Amino acid sequence: MNNAPDSPFAHRHLLGIEELSPQDITAILDRADDYVDMNREARKKRDTLKGLTQINLFFEPSTRTQASFELAGKRLGADVMNMSVKSSSVTKGETLIDTAMTLNAMHPDLLIVRHGESGAVNLLAQKVNCSVLNAGDGRREHPTQALLDALTIRRRKGRLHRLNVAICGDILHSRVARSNIHLLNKMESRVRVIAPPTLLPAGIEQFGAEVFHDMRKGLEGCDVVMMLRLQQERMAGSFIPSTREYFHRYGLDEDKMKGAKEDAIIMHPGPMNRGVEIDSDLADDLTRSVIGEQVEMGVAVRMAVLELLARNVTNEIAGVA
Amino acid sequence: MTRLALTNAHLIDPATGLDAPGGVLVQNGMIADAGERLFNDGLPEGAEIVDCQGKILAPGLVDFNVSIGEPGARHKESFRSGGEAAAKGGVTTIITQPNTDPPLDEPAILEFVLRRAQAASAVRVLPTATLTKAAKGKEMTEYRFLLDAGAVALTDGENAIADPVVFRRCLEYAASVDALVCHHPQEPHFSALGCATEGLFASLRGLPEIPAEAEAIMLTRDIRIAALTGVRYHAAQVSTAESLSVIRRAKEAGANVTCSIAVPHFSLNEFDIADFRTFLKVCPPLRSEDDRAAMEEALADGLIDVITSAHCPQDEESKRLPFAQAAAGGVGLETLLPVTLDLHHRAGIKLTTLFERLSLTPARIVGLNAGHLGKGALADLILFDPHAPWIVDRKDLISKSKNSPFHERRVQGKVLGTWVEGKRVWG
Repeated sequence: MNNAPDSPFAHRHLLGIEELSPQDITAILDRADDYVDMNREARKKRDTLKGLTQINLFFEPSTRTQASFELAGKRLGADVMNMSVKSSSVTKGETLIDTAMTLNAMHPDLLIVRHGESGAVNLLAQKVNCSVLNAGDGRREHPTQALLDALTIRRRKGRLHRLNVAICGDILHSRVARSNIHLLNKMESRVRVIAPPTLLPAGIEQFGAEVFHDMRKGLEGCDVVMMLRLQQERMAGSFIPSTREYFHRYGLDEDKMKGAKEDAIIMHPGPMNRGVEIDSDLADDLTRSVIGEQVEMGVAVRMAVLELLARNVTNEIAGVA
Repeated sequence: MTRLALTNAHLIDPATGLDAPGGVLVQNGMIADAGERLFNDGLPEGAEIVDCQGKILAPGLVDFNVSIGEPGARHKESFRSGGEAAAKGGVTTIITQPNTDPPLDEPAILEFVLRRAQAASAVRVLPTATLTKAAKGKEMTEYRFLLDAGAVALTDGENAIADPVVFRRCLEYAASVDALVCHHPQEPHFSALGCATEGLFASLRGLPEIPAEAEAIMLTRDIRIAALTGVRYHAAQVSTAESLSVIRRAKEAGANVTCSIAVPHFSLNEFDIADFRTFLKVCPPLRSEDDRAAMEEALADGLIDVITSAHCPQDEESKRLPFAQAAAGGVGLETLLPVTLDLHHRAGIKLTTLFERLSLTPARIVGLNAGHLGKGALADLILFDPHAPWIVDRKDLISKSKNSPFHERRVQGKVLGTWVEGKRVWG
């Protein structure tokens, strides 16, 4: 099942959902489905990426995304190296470009990058010879998160089209929200965003999202409820009065969930602020919460993306030879 | 006595509206005569003759907003490289920004700059000095001394003074020495937060945003305070339709207010930033297409007084960064004329109108007898072919810094000759 000669996924990098077609998205998810099954087996190791070097370059601290990419690479047989660049070493004088050039000289094949500034990963992709995978850039995109969310939804709901998906919380600072809005629009689902006006980006309606300030109204008839983390570390200045008032109006609890469809699922990209954006009991309610499943899908989706990008890498090498 | 006869030209004089074939006679660095039938009775004896071959002869451009890296950042632009770039672009006077390192907030530094400019620049340099010490918006500088040392205006450059009390006192004091005050109207609490205009584009790209209103809010305050003090106030680089309505109301009420626009704000919009192109990061940030179109209209009807290049050289290291971290500004001396000529070719604005904004009005605001072809004016002249097509290539720029927002743009209009006080400095 590995050696499809002509990859339908003709991208050198994965920088955002914005540049993917619905066919690309479906191809990734179909492949990821296979990996879900494989990951549930006892022996999980493949040699699809054998001989390839994957570097996880994280300019922002991350536990789960980095672990997920590391595991995905290792299960496919790649040599994986993690590199965390604290912001302090950037102030030492080395620029993003220098760091990229240094790594590039080590000939990685796949570079996974997270950076605090929007567009930083695009800039880096222009300067290196390998495939670059965006693991989150500023507020802009976090494509693998949107893909794993899509896989979770598709497996639970059986489809990605004609669903009502509510994304709730700090949309303004959220790359997860932006990637998800792009993806769900491309797959012809309806997106609603629910947040106080201070946490919504300007022009969000023109993205293809319906805006609600009232959570109960926003959740009415929803198939999927996607909660976002309140990114307090990105909030300089007054965005909300207090976390308790925020929970009162926008925290997901049993009462507000009543408006959603009976079989609605609850998602959260993690890490959760329990009692701030989501009620603890709901988060742990396995009949509705798919938060654990999202983590599982994360590894599978990242394996699929790594494989699809690596096909192009190896094709290129073969082409040169 | 040196004499120069420019014959067989097509004259543009914004002061008289002249737009016809003719010639110009230059004597001792000044315009001795100009007109349609000037050399009909034969050429003057002993004069150097330049046959303009029907190309356009117009007053040289007076660029109201130019940053030069001296002192402090000569690797970005020196008076030599900047002066040459200006000459090539048809700019005969540059009015320089005081945000150098150290900033131009003391007479001694101003004297240094004038000495350097004199020695190295091909074109006339008129410096401005800061309105407050180190342009920090706290304490006023020595206005009388600075004006006596040669400052033509007081400005904190791109720093807006947030404190209305300080701003009012600065303007009151400046009025008492009859200084021209230029201010960049951006509410700094807003502008400190972002690097792109709030709206769909910034949201899509995930860029920290500044509401367009940050400009009109500050401009409204400025104009009220300027009215309290009676100072000559100039709003530098207006860029939104809202600002224009503020300016319009102020002018209709008879306020002593002028304003300028930088070339990018009538020729580009926010979507030109595309995939985080940092060369298109300017200050204020590029606006919506509606705002851009409003700028074009205001240039046609005369509401905007001055067009500047907002020449701001930045080295590669300052631009090869994530968008939010990259330095703002673009070089513009060599593209000021051709990109502005687009308004003539595409939008049908008359050349005399454009040269009013490019040459005549900026010269008048700083009290320079240039920017027109009247007898006795400084013989700052340019000869250009308005139709000559070329493609801007940043590598071909004379400026030491190559950060042009117009890289690869197709333009029309090429400067063939530039004279400063009758002395040929280009072509």
